[in-house]
Amino acid sequence: MEFSSILFYVFGFCFVASSAMLVIARNTLKAAMLLILSFFSVASLWLLLEAEFLAITLILVYVGAVMVLFLFVIKMLNIDQSTIRAKFTTYLPLGIFVSLVVIAQIALVLSAGQFDLENVEEPARHIAGYSNITELATDLYTTYVYPFELAAVLLLIAIIAAITLVHRKDSRSKKQNISEQVSVQASERVRLASISSTKSKEPK
Amino acid sequence: MIALSDYLILSAIVFCIGLAGIFINRTNIIMLLMCVELILAAVNTNFIAFSYYSSDVAGQIFVFFILTVAAAEVAIGLAILTLMYRNRGSIDVDVTNSLKG
Repeated sequence: MEFSSILFYVFGFCFVASSAMLVIARNTLKAAMLLILSFFSVASLWLLLEAEFLAITLILVYVGAVMVLFLFVIKMLNIDQSTIRAKFTTYLPLGIFVSLVVIAQIALVLSAGQFDLENVEEPARHIAGYSNITELATDLYTTYVYPFELAAVLLLIAIIAAITLVHRKDSRSKKQNISEQVSVQASERVRLASISSTKSKEPK
Repeated sequence: MIALSDYLILSAIVFCIGLAGIFINRTNIIMLLMCVELILAAVNTNFIAFSYYSSDVAGQIFVFFILTVAAAEVAIGLAILTLMYRNRGSIDVDVTNSLKG
């Protein structure tokens, strides 16, 4: 058995086991941690497939940013676990049934012998100086430059949407209200106080 | 040697685990989002495996765009979740039925 096969089975087992534990986890925080583990193992599988840039991106962007966002929300919202878990077993048979049907369909397609998937030749490994990033960037900035810019616009829209949704009106805001300023009455602004004049004591 | 079908079977298994997770955790939106992430990771593995075995970088570029869209989806999803918790005091899906009529 080759070393790369051993790596494949180890990381594949980690991936499947952590996702299965995620799905049945009772605690949302624990589920987030298991999702991080499964992201790490799938990134290792991508490294085996020579997709170095995407593997690093998955760890940096997903584990570094998206999962931190998840953990923030989990810790920020005070979620009552007991009410959520009450319906756990209600949908369990349906979930198992649907996933078994889907996995049977996929197995039928893969084992139909139409695609000859077992005999697809593994390409030769690239030489040591090969750069995955260079190859990816060459395609991304030439052939796929318009989708790339669209993705940038999409991220901008996502930022604006998320901020607009969650932003609360700040009570300390010093923003001008023009109509209020124009329609102001003198009685609202000036207060005449009648203060009795007394002799001030002169310092001796 | 690892065949292409090994990667496909692995990602099919994880895909089905994520699918079952959506059914099992139907009432908890955070778990639903995490199961969607799991499904996307499985699908991305398919793309990268095909990209490697056919020596074509286009599959990796597609994964790049999937990652972008998924990040945007999570950001907006969690924003909606926060808003829902603020307005209703719960993230139970069954409580959110005011559009039911």
